[in-house]
Amino acid sequence: MRELYEFAVGPMAWAAFGVFLIGSVIRLISMYSLARKKDGPFLSYMSWRFGLRSILNWLIPFNAQGWKENPLVCVTTFVFHLGLILVPLFLLGHVVLWDQYWGFSYPTLPEQAADIFTIAVIVACLVFAWRRATNRTLRFVTTGQDWLVLLIAFLPFLTGFLASQHVGPPLVMTTLHVLSGELMLMAIPFTRLSHMIFGLFSRAYMGSEFGGVRHAKDW
Amino acid sequence: MGIEQRRIDDAGLARGMAALTPEKIAKTFQALIAGECGARLRTYVETCMRCGMCGPACHYFLSHDGDPSYAPVGKVSETMWKLLKADGKVDPRVIGDCAQIAYTECNLCRRCMHYCPLGIDTAYIISVVRRLCHKLGVTPMYIQDTAHSHSATLNQMWVKDDEWTDSLQWQEDEARSEFPDLRIPLEMEGADFMYSVIAPEPKFRTQLIYQAAAIFHTAGCNWTMPGTPGWDNSNMAMFSGDAEIMGRVERYHFETAQRLRVKRIVMGECGHAFRAVYDVGNRWLGWKMHPVPVVHSIEFFWELLDQGKIRMASKYPGPVTIHDPCNVIRGRGLMDKLREVVNHICDGVVEMSPNREHNLCCCAGGGVINCGPPFKNVRIVGNKAKADQLKATGVQTCIAPCHNCHGGLEDIIHHYKLGMKLKFLGDIIYEHMEKPGAV
Amino acid sequence: MQNKASWDWEPGSRVIADTRDCSGGAEWIEEPYVSPDGERVAAVACVGEAQFTLCANGQPWENVFDKIWYPRFSPDGRLTAIVQSDGEWTLAVDDAPWEQTFAYLWGTRFSRDGSIIAASIQQDGEYGLAVDGEPWEGLFENATDFALSDDGSAGAASVQVKSLGQADIATFQQGVYSIAVNGEAWDAVFVNAWNPSFDAAGKRVAAALRHSLYEYGVAVDGVPWKSRFGSVWEPVFNPATGEVNAPGRVQGKWGLAVDDQMAWPARYAQLWHVAFTPDGKTTAAIVAPEFGSFTVAVNDRPWEATFPVVTDLALAKNGRAACLGSDCNKNFAICVDGRTWSGRYDMAWTPVFSDDGANVAVLVEKQGKRTVVLNDKVYREWFDTAFPPVFSPDGGKVLIRGISGGKFMRIVVTPDAFHA
Ligand code: SF4
Ligand code: SF4
Repeated sequence: MRELYEFAVGPMAWAAFGVFLIGSVIRLISMYSLARKKDGPFLSYMSWRFGLRSILNWLIPFNAQGWKENPLVCVTTFVFHLGLILVPLFLLGHVVLWDQYWGFSYPTLPEQAADIFTIAVIVACLVFAWRRATNRTLRFVTTGQDWLVLLIAFLPFLTGFLASQHVGPPLVMTTLHVLSGELMLMAIPFTRLSHMIFGLFSRAYMGSEFGGVRHAKDW
Repeated sequence: MGIEQRRIDDAGLARGMAALTPEKIAKTFQALIAGECGARLRTYVETCMRCGMCGPACHYFLSHDGDPSYAPVGKVSETMWKLLKADGKVDPRVIGDCAQIAYTECNLCRRCMHYCPLGIDTAYIISVVRRLCHKLGVTPMYIQDTAHSHSATLNQMWVKDDEWTDSLQWQEDEARSEFPDLRIPLEMEGADFMYSVIAPEPKFRTQLIYQAAAIFHTAGCNWTMPGTPGWDNSNMAMFSGDAEIMGRVERYHFETAQRLRVKRIVMGECGHAFRAVYDVGNRWLGWKMHPVPVVHSIEFFWELLDQGKIRMASKYPGPVTIHDPCNVIRGRGLMDKLREVVNHICDGVVEMSPNREHNLCCCAGGGVINCGPPFKNVRIVGNKAKADQLKATGVQTCIAPCHNCHGGLEDIIHHYKLGMKLKFLGDIIYEHMEKPGAV
Repeated sequence: MQNKASWDWEPGSRVIADTRDCSGGAEWIEEPYVSPDGERVAAVACVGEAQFTLCANGQPWENVFDKIWYPRFSPDGRLTAIVQSDGEWTLAVDDAPWEQTFAYLWGTRFSRDGSIIAASIQQDGEYGLAVDGEPWEGLFENATDFALSDDGSAGAASVQVKSLGQADIATFQQGVYSIAVNGEAWDAVFVNAWNPSFDAAGKRVAAALRHSLYEYGVAVDGVPWKSRFGSVWEPVFNPATGEVNAPGRVQGKWGLAVDDQMAWPARYAQLWHVAFTPDGKTTAAIVAPEFGSFTVAVNDRPWEATFPVVTDLALAKNGRAACLGSDCNKNFAICVDGRTWSGRYDMAWTPVFSDDGANVAVLVEKQGKRTVVLNDKVYREWFDTAFPPVFSPDGGKVLIRGISGGKFMRIVVTPDAFHA
């Protein structure tokens, strides 16, 4: 088990970050060159001002019409993404690792806050799953991949939480946690999770068209 | 739930499906994806989280009690995703279903873009489905006929060259009994603007040309209308998926304005035509923006009232409500000017909710009404939400500055027995303005 | 065409007429039109309820009509207008209406020298062309895209040769259109047949086609090219070689096809308005090398100067080229041989070259006033309205035709009357 753990935090971590970073860059570049080749005219409407305006407006909870009319999804989505960003980056246990391997550190989340965010993400995942299972529209359009990516996002938080609460054998839980986190990193460029990379662009494009050409808001 | 339960017979769809083979479908689909689709489509398909937030954006979805097959994502899933998954290897029947969804169950109204956090352009995806159906020849008969008309006459309704100028001269004659020196100046090079209309105006609704001429005459405008094809600003080829004819129509429209050396094109109260001229046709032709500025009537009336060129003798007795046409509101941001004009010419406004950029579509737009009688009920039943919205205002008059909206709302008002009157801005301005030159 | 050499080229300014002279007894007079030589100015005058006449240099025509529109001077200086009496339409030329009248008449067109005048007509619901008052023998259910050969000897149109029922998409797609030349349709029918155009001799005709909803092509004298395109624009004949040139779209890009072969590879976002020099050695077109940026390509070499919009390509006999570039109909610039003039205008008209190609003059408008620009130098006077300039045969003088305060002035100037 120890070897597996060492492998997970050692070579595997390198591989995971590598796949995530290089994969994302490659996907971005290839999508951009595809856009230049095939959607050139549309790229020419991209505007920083209106793109950012749209993104910012969508980052405010209950601001866009879509958020207003889907309050549960709105709350769940914001909580989920907030946790998804804060916990991995600012958890004490993670920052310690940065320090250990790379020799740098930065402020961390108070432990309690981290716990709350972790639980929040877990609950959010359950809400997502519940909607996917019961909401008529979601049932109509859900595919296996939608469940898979939900599971991929859920696992690191579940295992992390269990490990922090000392449920199960610590080494096993920690190893599972690390592996599932790495799985998620590696999945980002190649699954629907890529909306993390592309979502900003599709939103910015829509914002540019609405703002710059059509003089209307898009939220 | 699902298109299988609501298939509608249409001669065009049936004829198209009968001529298809699975091989032809696959070949055409693959060529379309490889040739005309790029990063946009790929990004949209890949990043859509199937979150369903876009459901309540769509009036079809709302009117059908949340039937998921009418949700924007539901319609995309039944069409483009299905086709992509099968790499186009589907039966003709699937193409027929795709066509029915794409042409008659989506107005390309873009309301769902206000609901999707990722900015997924469902209207674009549905347009790609229409493009495919056009390439496969599976299009509803009436809209196809309209596209044929555009190709042969450059207008929507088979209006012949002489019928066009003849009807303008007729309206000029008619109007001279009210304004003895009124002109509808034809082919007058160097005028300030060219006025363009949609083909139903010379064909059936000549009164609208009369009204516009009366308003321009009273305001002392320096204007002209073309005496050649290129006068029609409507464009159903844009909605049938025939981009080539769409481009041809817009080329002639713009080149007619350029030939007449006008500063701007002022357009009648039509929404889809505005979309075609404002930011769709020009792109296919390689112009980043419209090569001649394009001004919708809402904005032009606003100018005339703002500059005092038109004064109201009385106000239209209200209160009225305002229908925001998608293509000039989400498509051009004219919501404030529309309200200023209406408040200026009418006595009191009761707003619908939601409104402005979040308005519900009339369900006639995007070419849906042009698919003709077989699909009339699809529009009416599919827009109960709008009927409820109209009813809740409790007013007697609805102002809708768009031809398509008039068509759609008229049917809804009739069917749901709302007892409302529908008005164009031009109707009211003409009726209630000061007419110093009239006898 | 009037012999330009016989015009008055004596430098100086003459008031030809006061356009208001016609207004005696007239309820209103409409916008003015001027003859090519600048010796006459004419306008439609309303002389009573539903009574119209044309008034030239203050002299009304003897004939009075119920309606008049489209007053135009022919290149040989004759004054024409479309007129209606008792519900019947015809064309009046110098106060003489054609003998034959029609249910409708429109689209006056002239041979290059103006000696032949033609117009589109509708009679009993059938359509065709009338040349010097004589309608085609064969008329059609519908006809559009009329063309007259340069010498006026032949006319053509896109015609409908089979009837269509209501929403008859099947028959349409089998093809009901063809091209008629002098009233006789080609044997072949097409889904669409557009933009017939004649060769220099007026003998051959080329047209753009749609073979099916998806395949575009070109036909010459009824025989289609083998090539198929995603779309085409109007074909034109090279005046010297007789080759047919047509912009064609291949995989989303435009190129120029010549006699059924791609001559300019399809690499443009747009390519249209193909023009030639009389010797046929220079072919130019308005092109967009990239989406959103337009210019002129001469023999497939685009200029470096680009604009959001380019219109009005003009070629001189010696191969020089000029066009208008604009910022979507504002800030018009004149670009000659790829060099953009410094002046910017609210509106501009097609550039005019002197016969030797050495000079370019353009009618321009700024703040509602018009004048002429010669080689980027502006004429000193601005007019309420003005008309395109004309060069003297030797290119050394410019005829300016302008109206100010109602007075129509004919001004002949030498280049020193223009200032930077
Ligand atoms: S009709 Fe409008 S809201 Fe509904 S799917 Fe189409 S574009 Fe979206
Ligand atoms: S709201 Fe956007 S991401 Fe969600 S299902 Fe609809 S299209 Fe997909």
